[in-house]
Amino acid sequence: MYLARLDAQSDSFEELAMPLFDQLYNFAHWLTRNREEAEDLVQETYAKALKGFSSFRLGTNFRAWMFRILRNTFLTSRTGLKATMILSVDSEEDGPELGVEGNTPETILMERSNRQLVQSAIDELPVYFREVVLLCDVEEMSYQEIAETLSIPIGTVMSRLSRARKTLRDGLRLQFQKG
Amino acid sequence: MVCESWKAKLDTYLDGELPSEEMRAFDVHVHNCPSCSADALTRVQMKRSIQAVGKRFTPSAAFRKRMQQRIEAKPRRSSFGFAWMMATAVIAILAAVGLTATYNEREGVHTERVYSEVADLHVTTLASSSPVDVISTDRHTVKPWFQGKIPFAFDLPELQNSEFSLLGGRMAYLDQTPGAHLIYDVRKHHISVFVFQERSLRLPTRLNENSFAPKNVAFNMETWSQGGLRYFVIGDASASDIASLAKLFKADAS
Repeated sequence: MYLARLDAQSDSFEELAMPLFDQLYNFAHWLTRNREEAEDLVQETYAKALKGFSSFRLGTNFRAWMFRILRNTFLTSRTGLKATMILSVDSEEDGPELGVEGNTPETILMERSNRQLVQSAIDELPVYFREVVLLCDVEEMSYQEIAETLSIPIGTVMSRLSRARKTLRDGLRLQFQKG
Repeated sequence: MVCESWKAKLDTYLDGELPSEEMRAFDVHVHNCPSCSADALTRVQMKRSIQAVGKRFTPSAAFRKRMQQRIEAKPRRSSFGFAWMMATAVIAILAAVGLTATYNEREGVHTERVYSEVADLHVTTLASSSPVDVISTDRHTVKPWFQGKIPFAFDLPELQNSEFSLLGGRMAYLDQTPGAHLIYDVRKHHISVFVFQERSLRLPTRLNENSFAPKNVAFNMETWSQGGLRYFVIGDASASDIASLAKLFKADAS
């Protein structure tokens, strides 16, 4: 009886991986900024994951594992290499940003509620910042999951996230001034 | 100014990532501090906007169908639950010798796979139109290029008075783990040196057995673990050249 239940629960690659399809595609498209490249990236990710599925350890985070494969595949692609050359992630030890008073980008957002503005601001973030913001705020990953996905320590996740959000706020402020 | 220390942690608080005691203290503070409360509200608004805008791209129906069809031949993985272990234990008692042989065979297959993957990385790189991303013969240029890209530091040996020259480096991934890939030249032969964090890789124990010779690998290869790092030196150069370059790395890392 127990054996039968275990067998029924035994997870196949498809059962685990297909529910992540939309999320992975969305993330891939944000990284590549191109539909065809995003499809290639997702396809390659699934091919690699399927090949390496026997080595995936049960009980560990499958979602972080899949996102890590996708992200690593992106980084070694031509688009990924170009994107990562734009910014060297230095001074990760910078302290968290302090709060700002007055007319902040957040209040601008509240006032204008402009989707296009936020889209452009995310799109213009360097890839190291874009990915950490998307994983945290869109995929709602914990810091631990983000650390596993990006293969970096949690402290670095926090500082990178802080810098990414600051850059995003600055970008929004700039666009608001332009507009 | 009083709130600076609170505001510094505001994002971490809103992400729900502070320890529970600090979360409770933060709740109390935010409820009583108009400035932090307003700041928290606008940041929550920002998070929500990003979340709404971030879920922007959806795969086409055709792509979804294509992927579904590819994955349909789904390999079921064995369950490692209690029942499985019990069954294994019984089998183990009955056929200990047989299992040992199977284990050795699996280790061998795993070792072959690692060698093949390293060889593939080497060949793919050399076939690429841009084999290196940091082009430099200067180790003091190549080493800093990896900072921030890989989660560890390593040293490159001094090559003066040796036949080797450094061509450059690039990122490499093995077992989904980021590492450094360095390319050297010796008498028109290219040699790849890969450096990974040992604990991040799932390597077979047999990899450290010098007597194990991989089949179907046309390259000379040397691998070892030192200072928590796993090194692979591979190329079509002679075994003695591979050993010499490995020796330089070993001496430098010790």
